Amino acid sequence: MNLWATILIGSAIVAATKFVGFVLPARFTESPTVQHISDAVTVALLAALVVIQTAGAGAAIVVDARLAAVVVAGVLLWRKVPFILVIIAAAAVAALIRAMGWMS
Amino acid sequence: MSDQRRATVSMALGVVGAVALYGISFGAVSVAAGLDIWQTQVLSLFMFSGGSQFALVGLIAAGAPGPTAILAAGLLGVRNGLYSIRTAPIVGRGFWKRLVAGQWTIDESTAVALAQPTPALSRLGFWLTGAGIYLGWNAMTLVGALVGDQLGDVRSFGLDAAAAAAFLGLLWPRIQSRLPVAIAVVAAVVATIAIPTLPIGIPVVIAAAVGVVMYFVQHRGRA
Repeated sequence: MNLWATILIGSAIVAATKFVGFVLPARFTESPTVQHISDAVTVALLAALVVIQTAGAGAAIVVDARLAAVVVAGVLLWRKVPFILVIIAAAAVAALIRAMGWMS
Repeated sequence: MSDQRRATVSMALGVVGAVALYGISFGAVSVAAGLDIWQTQVLSLFMFSGGSQFALVGLIAAGAPGPTAILAAGLLGVRNGLYSIRTAPIVGRGFWKRLVAGQWTIDESTAVALAQPTPALSRLGFWLTGAGIYLGWNAMTLVGALVGDQLGDVRSFGLDAAAAAAFLGLLWPRIQSRLPVAIAVVAAVVATIAIPTLPIGIPVVIAAAVGVVMYFVQHRGRA
């Protein structure tokens, strides 16, 4: 399959998926049970994404500077530090650890 | 501006900043994978879903056939469909408004919207985050595609860790009671086991299933 076809078909599928909730009838999307289930799914997805983004390397799990950064982020969130500062701190921790050559 | 409104804007801007910077990384990775600048930009404009975009170019770089790359990107995008069930009622009526809102329904815009205490703030959080990330992600994709390797490894700036922290920050407001904490922990453990054992894209689908199953286990015989 040529590269443009892969890009355009992939984009069309991913973009179309985003409209599911917009074409379903409002009485379905606004039902409390449906909303509670999609809340539960969102929590599960975000938790999985934290793991993938923290320790994923393609189809492998690796421990590197990202884990230290995320632990620091967790502590700061628990201390109710504003979101933007948490993000900056996490980037700084990972950058510092890598600059020191402690972990990749 | 009220304190609550300021908190919403601050959260939205924090997410936008972290994710937009990560767009540099996508632009650079995509060009390194063999896509040209147009192909890279088309992905950010039309696919517009970071996880799917990284999976697609990563598999192309690894020499996977087109359908495999499309399947992984598609599976990683399934969650946006679930999010849209939550964002559609927030957005309200109007064809063009819903068209734009659909395209901007991603992890971050949904999570910021749902973390707000009132419907008005949810709307504000959704539009600010969606618009900011769409513009920032696309602009930074272009920058990354243009400067590519001159920048060096974006990981040396900790941008990958910032993206991980952003997901944790989005999860945080939603795990303040027992059931969501349990769901998050189980989903994280399942993802850790699934990542090295199953194809790219499948672990997030399984995590979504964990959420549904745990909801029903908790609520059986009560609804």
